[in-house]
Amino acid sequence: MASSVLSLASAGPSASLSSNGIEKGKLNLGNCFKKEKTNLFLKTKSVGRISMVVASDVSRFEGITMAPPDPILGVSEAFKADNHELKLNLGVGAYRTEELQPYVLDVVKKADKLLLEKGENREYLPIEGLAAFNKVTAELLFGADNPVIKQQRVATVQGLSGTGSLRLAAALIERYFPGAKVLISSPTWGNHKNIFNDARVPWSEYRYYDPKTVGLDFEGMIADIKEAPEGSFILLHGCAHNPTGIDPTPEQWETIADVIQEKNHIPFFDIAYQGFASGSLDTDAASVRMFVARGMEVIAAQSYSKNLGLYAERIGAINVVCSSSDDAARVKSQLKRIARPMYSNPPVHGARIVASVVGDAALFKEWNAEMEMMAGRIMNVRQKLFDSLSSKDKSGKDWSFVLRQIGMFSFTGLNKAQCDNMTNKWHVYMTKDGRISLAGLSLAKCEYLADAIIDSYHNVS
Amino acid sequence: MDSVFAAIVQAPEDPILGVTVAYNKDQSPVKLNLGVGAYRTEEGKPLVLNVVRKAEQLLVNDQYRVKEYLPILGLAEFNKLSAKLILGDDSPAIQRNRVATAQCLSGTGSLRVGAEFLAKHYHEHTIYIPQPSWGNHLKVFTMAGLSVKTYSYYDPTTRGLNFRGLLEDLGAAPAGAVVLLHACAHNPTGVDPTVEQWEQIRKLIRSKGLLPFFDSAYQGFASGSLDADAQPVRMFVADGGECFIAQSYAKNMGLYGERVGALSIVCKAADVASRVESQLKLVIRPMYSNPPIHGASIASTILKNSDMYNEWKIELKAMADRIISMRKQLFDALTAKGTPGDWSHIIKQIGMFTFTGLNGDQVAFMTKEYHIYMTSDGRISMAGLSSGTVPHLADAIHAAVTRAS
Repeated sequence: MASSVLSLASAGPSASLSSNGIEKGKLNLGNCFKKEKTNLFLKTKSVGRISMVVASDVSRFEGITMAPPDPILGVSEAFKADNHELKLNLGVGAYRTEELQPYVLDVVKKADKLLLEKGENREYLPIEGLAAFNKVTAELLFGADNPVIKQQRVATVQGLSGTGSLRLAAALIERYFPGAKVLISSPTWGNHKNIFNDARVPWSEYRYYDPKTVGLDFEGMIADIKEAPEGSFILLHGCAHNPTGIDPTPEQWETIADVIQEKNHIPFFDIAYQGFASGSLDTDAASVRMFVARGMEVIAAQSYSKNLGLYAERIGAINVVCSSSDDAARVKSQLKRIARPMYSNPPVHGARIVASVVGDAALFKEWNAEMEMMAGRIMNVRQKLFDSLSSKDKSGKDWSFVLRQIGMFSFTGLNKAQCDNMTNKWHVYMTKDGRISLAGLSLAKCEYLADAIIDSYHNVS
Repeated sequence: MDSVFAAIVQAPEDPILGVTVAYNKDQSPVKLNLGVGAYRTEEGKPLVLNVVRKAEQLLVNDQYRVKEYLPILGLAEFNKLSAKLILGDDSPAIQRNRVATAQCLSGTGSLRVGAEFLAKHYHEHTIYIPQPSWGNHLKVFTMAGLSVKTYSYYDPTTRGLNFRGLLEDLGAAPAGAVVLLHACAHNPTGVDPTVEQWEQIRKLIRSKGLLPFFDSAYQGFASGSLDADAQPVRMFVADGGECFIAQSYAKNMGLYGERVGALSIVCKAADVASRVESQLKLVIRPMYSNPPIHGASIASTILKNSDMYNEWKIELKAMADRIISMRKQLFDALTAKGTPGDWSHIIKQIGMFTFTGLNGDQVAFMTKEYHIYMTSDGRISMAGLSSGTVPHLADAIHAAVTRAS
């Protein structure tokens, strides 16, 4: 029995709180009903709302506002729209060749062909992902001979690259450590805050970048970590800090570990560049391994987007190193419980590529060589940029931070107005925090970039 | 040292996926997995469609292919083709740009993104799901921040649709509430409304201003016809109203593990769709940034190439036909054995699953004595049956039903 009920519900604002306490007002226009073509009749609702015939068809989502473009991904979109011949995209952190083309690793092409030949089925993976992948990913990060692996103390779950793996961990923290805070570096990758906000995990910042030295504010970092409530989660970039490119030294890492242990904090590593920073998988994992060697419990999110160039395949993992294998088994079961209502089970293709490459000695060796090549190109570009800046800039400003920073990104120290100048005058696209992606820079363009940076730094305030 | 994770308890095994875990442990040569809804051939093997292999060969041969991040909303071409697949090539809603589509991680991912969007932007946070429904629906919607209620659906006495109960329950729902509808091949019961019943459901939903959210996981897989299986969705879109649609290519393209799907939000106006799209990005970015490329590229390749599309339709129909044939064979076997009860629901129900009507005890008995693995609600996946294994299943059901309790 169908009935036509026509009423205009009253509009009312409703507020929602994000986890860092900012109130967001939402205006909803309630429900407006489409006029029935036959049998119109009016009904007064029992809650006392006045009913009337509605002529217009208003969407129930009319009140939704246009979201601002993603600051990082939005840069590429703006770049595409620019027709200037000298334009340079130093926005997204995706590796480019010297010819500024995207790069699919040879080992990945080989693996793709192999997989096609093998013709394996497409059945659902288990919720925790491909077993072969989980095995090699943990071994890659911690070292195959690491006692934590032998003792089965690592809960590893395949995740949707770095973002997805971080999100699983964030959900675990929200559920099992209610009220616990995550401390993130100031600055950090822009999406970290979004992840913790959406997961409803409170966060605060620890000092990290020192604009005076364009280096690490180590004292500030240590002081802020010490001050955090006991049992906080400290988000650390395992290597190649994004966006600054500034990493602690090995000695500084030891001190950071000391403080974290003192305060019973939990180290939470985001490792998106293992092998991509220095060219060596082991060197880039040194910080994580040092914490683990101290017997600490550690959370570590991994991504294969950059080091295997598998950006769009969304392949990564969340690892939780626990005190015992029993703890690890239980933690793993709860990570699965979080993944199931999010996407059920992870995508198989990228996982099989990683497992193929890492599992085959010849392919693994080739991969190491390609990774050295990519990291090497970035180091060469850093050198050339530094040389260009030093020779062109007569002011005596010290540009050596370009060489000290590591990985795909450099924090130039440019402020927002200066960044706008970079884009508007020089057609150099970068994020407004002053970050440039060296991966998007060629040797051929270093001089042009140096000119742009020098102009923006000295002539714009 | 005491773990910081000491308070974390072991989570129970997922009931549906847990069936396969138990099946794998069983050493019996006659074991039968009728748990997870994954298609099996007559030989009991998983199937990779020929057209999928062809598509992959094309992709591998394309030297210009890169693995750069997809946009947050996924592969644009895939999104357009997906919307056309479910809404029809000539859909006015598409032509008028009223549809916001995001590539998501199969059905689950599409449902979750849609639900998170509703929790954030819609004033009504209650969603009504049929009783029973796919076990993961409750968790998906709850985790997204919606509160879940049920509406009557399955009638155990007829093993069919409790239509009156459905209309009553939806009629009592608060204006604006969200209603989950299985587009076709209801999971777990296999019981679908008739076209006439769908029309009544549509009228009721529209008159109460309820927001329909379709879960379309079996388009083409249920009847063998892509258009027929999309009809209920299209009826709702044709009336100009709004709805959400979660699509999955897990079953109909056999792309299970690739996680291919799409969420479409049909809005009243193009500018609304455009704003909705922008807000969808804010839901997706903190969840996984952007979706996986491989499966969507395969689907896109097939959908846009008319020869491959036709090949796909043929392979799809073959899968649907095999399942329909299994239904007939099981029904005939039980009839021949004289198994007590009316088993006609086996051939009346549609899609991958049959709600046998067997209770938990009977299911446990069948697992223990006959090594039949199925979910405890009595659901069996017809896709897991073959001509060779139907007799064993019939024996098991017969034994379960006739044994002294």
